[in-house]
Amino acid sequence: MDISSVFFALVAIVAVVSALLVVTCKNPINSALALVLTFFCLATFYAMLNAPFMAAIQIIVYAGAIMVLVIFTIMLLNIRVDENKKHSHQLALGSVIGIIVLMMTGLVLTRGKVSQPVGDITNELINSQGHTELIGKVMFTDFLLPFEVTSILLLVAIVGAVILAKRKLS
Amino acid sequence: MFDNVWLIPLFPLIGFLINGLLGKKIKNETIIGTIGSVAVFASFITAVMIFMNLIGLPANERSVNVKIFSWISAGNFNADIAFLIDPLSCLMMLVVTGISTVIHIYSIGYMHGEEGFYRFFAYLNLFVFSMLLLVSGNNLLLMFVGWEGVGLCSYLLIGYYFHKKSASDAGKKAFVMNRVGDFGFLLGTFTLFWWLGQTHDVWTIQFTELAKNADLFPTGGIVTIITLCFFLGATGKSAQIPLYTWLPDAMEGPTPVSALIHAATMVTAGVYMIGRMSFLFIRSPETMLTVAVVGACTALFAATIGTAQNDIKRVLAYSTVSQLGYMFLAMGVGAFTAGIFHLMTHAFFKACLFLGSGAVIHSMHHALHHVHSHDDAQDMRNMGGLKKFMPLTYLTFLTATIAIAGIPGFSGFFSKDEILWQAFANPLHGSMNTVLWAFGACAALLTAFYMFRLVFMTFHGTCRIKAGAEKHLHESPMVIVVPLLILAFFAAVGGYFGVPKLIGDLFGGIPNYLEHFLSPVFANAEAYMHAHTHHAHHSHALEWGLMGTSVVIAVVGISVAYMLYMVNPDIPKKFTSAFPVLHRAVYNKWYVDEIYDFVFVNPCKALGRLLWKGFDVLVVDGIVNGVATVVMAFGGVIRYFQTGQIYNYAWTMAFGVVVIVGYYLFK
Amino acid sequence: MDNLNSYLILSAVLFSIGTIGVLTRKNAIVVFMCIELMLNAVNLTFVAFSRHLGNLDGQIFVFFIMTVAAAEAAVGLAMFIAFFNNRESIDIDDANIMKW
Repeated sequence: MDISSVFFALVAIVAVVSALLVVTCKNPINSALALVLTFFCLATFYAMLNAPFMAAIQIIVYAGAIMVLVIFTIMLLNIRVDENKKHSHQLALGSVIGIIVLMMTGLVLTRGKVSQPVGDITNELINSQGHTELIGKVMFTDFLLPFEVTSILLLVAIVGAVILAKRKLS
Repeated sequence: MFDNVWLIPLFPLIGFLINGLLGKKIKNETIIGTIGSVAVFASFITAVMIFMNLIGLPANERSVNVKIFSWISAGNFNADIAFLIDPLSCLMMLVVTGISTVIHIYSIGYMHGEEGFYRFFAYLNLFVFSMLLLVSGNNLLLMFVGWEGVGLCSYLLIGYYFHKKSASDAGKKAFVMNRVGDFGFLLGTFTLFWWLGQTHDVWTIQFTELAKNADLFPTGGIVTIITLCFFLGATGKSAQIPLYTWLPDAMEGPTPVSALIHAATMVTAGVYMIGRMSFLFIRSPETMLTVAVVGACTALFAATIGTAQNDIKRVLAYSTVSQLGYMFLAMGVGAFTAGIFHLMTHAFFKACLFLGSGAVIHSMHHALHHVHSHDDAQDMRNMGGLKKFMPLTYLTFLTATIAIAGIPGFSGFFSKDEILWQAFANPLHGSMNTVLWAFGACAALLTAFYMFRLVFMTFHGTCRIKAGAEKHLHESPMVIVVPLLILAFFAAVGGYFGVPKLIGDLFGGIPNYLEHFLSPVFANAEAYMHAHTHHAHHSHALEWGLMGTSVVIAVVGISVAYMLYMVNPDIPKKFTSAFPVLHRAVYNKWYVDEIYDFVFVNPCKALGRLLWKGFDVLVVDGIVNGVATVVMAFGGVIRYFQTGQIYNYAWTMAFGVVVIVGYYLFK
Repeated sequence: MDNLNSYLILSAVLFSIGTIGVLTRKNAIVVFMCIELMLNAVNLTFVAFSRHLGNLDGQIFVFFIMTVAAAEAAVGLAMFIAFFNNRESIDIDDANIMKW
């Protein structure tokens, strides 16, 4: 067992445990902090997969922006931790479905066949040209239109958020 | 110059748009009236310039097609926005714009203070626009657009006082009856286009092209069908038997409308249309006979009704129907020029008569209003002796009456006499001629009688208006009187454009200007007629004799009216009590409306009710409501799945994902 | 890459945990965070496959998912605030008026 596998296993354990904490913590703040930890673990995986750009935006966008927003909201709303009704009564049923999903994905993994590499992006290319540059080239050539449309989506989201948060329903 | 012909319909359209869209904001009656009148006057000036240019051309080149742009082009079918400038359309444009101008000016005074003043002028301008399109369009489709446009305006203006039920009913009646005619017009157009294209591969509805290919049409047969369809359209628009009953009811509209639309211009559209297609009509002797017979019958029939009406406008309405009958009689005997000539003179004197009656009604209404009387301001039994209160109106009215009665020297004499002579002398219908002439002559007698009855009852004798009201009777303002004078002038002298050759020769060879002017238009039809009939020679003595007869007839009619209503006013009462059934029948317009109600209207209503109660309510509504009920029943069951609990939805979704993925895994 | 399977298994585990959280938690914000967890699990799959196949399209997809997640966070949290303002609660069981 080489060192990278050991490292992978360690980070994977941290990720799974923190993900479980997200689901089980009573206090939403704790859940949020656990989720941040999960995101960091995922960023680590991206880095291990030789995708440094993805790792960077994972931390910047998810851990840095989205999760800060979530924690802000939790603190802003100052929600009481409702002890007796924390979990709904369908915990068992929910878990069953979760496990079924897990089994099914497992089935997919065992049955599916993964094709050999089709593209020309190799570790050497990434190391020589840089991951960000490669991503940028694809993004602004093949995916230019979706990229621009995304900006409209964000604009709509901004307007929607302002309107929704401002309005007080009667 | 001819390229500017599109300006003629454009001016009234602009006037319509300004008054129609902004009139409510403008409010000022003077401005609205001026816009409307100036728009029409501008087209009149343009029409005069076009006319000047046209007579500058040699006679055989006086037919110009001015294409503005291609309108519809589909396969073999082509319709352009194109205008036809030839003597006929030019004359019609002059008459329409000229009389419209005068009537617009009159309306400023007549409609003063009416609610919706701007609406009136907007409709009136729209009417002039449509009418000009009708008379100047160079294809059947463009003509039909104008044809429908004038019908619409007629409907709108008859129902101008729409809060009055009788007015809105009259509008609907006019519209529905016109639809019947329009249906014929459309069928005629379709048949003509289809037949000519199928058999001769000439796909056109353009008048100039059709006239060029006139020799392709056979005599009778398909041409009879086509022309009868067109004639049905003409009977609807021009109020001939059997579709005439809407015109008397149309008097519910304001009087200028009656003058412009229901006397001078729109109702003559049918005559114009036959004139425009004379080359086609002449090729079907059956249709020509139908036209002549219908015209003669209408002339006589309407004249009989006119003798017993007491409403001043209704008398004039029946008179209009009767005079239109004359025009159709002329068209039917192949005297196209005479028909158009009568159209022109009739436009002058009948417009003058209507406007004069409008002035009388206006004054009567005013006077009765002062004494708070609810007497009918249009009933001649309430009038009498108005001569001394309204001298100018009387003078103009009398001039026009003399013109319509056919006294020599006035316009009506020339045109009517020409029609009667042609009915007698034209060889087209063989032995039917004398009958047609007799009908026309009887109608002329009745015309002279009822028109002078109208004059005597209204202007002469003792004043029968409610006591105290007579001191409020007075002459109308200048804006009303001046148009009357203009029209009266033309009613008097309008006939000198078309002096018959016989009289013209007597006075040193005065040429028949109108006949010369119009001859290129009807050349094709005339040539055909000469080739296919035996030209009968009649002596000058016969013509003089007939002319004398018609003068005698007119004088007799006037004398009888004088005897009955001036010298011995008791005779009419005695007469009505002696023949009560006859009087009641005439007074009630021979019960034609009632017969139509019984034969057509009520069965249609019954059928409509049957379809409504039986088919629509039970079947159509049943299907619609049934669908709704089924959907509601399903919804009533299914809605219980909508618990409003988010986790239920989340679960359902997760479960669905499991099922779908499972399906692909285990299939 | 021979460790593709490990990434996929890890991703499946995280996805399932997220699913359980969405289905069982009642606090709307926690549910929202669980959805983010599920999205991230999918992202991991995308990146892993992208690297395995030597093609960057998968990573571009991750980029777009992140954008959508950001928009979702902005609108979703605004909705929670609006909801809280009206109901004094963030419990999804209280969002139950959309029923028959």
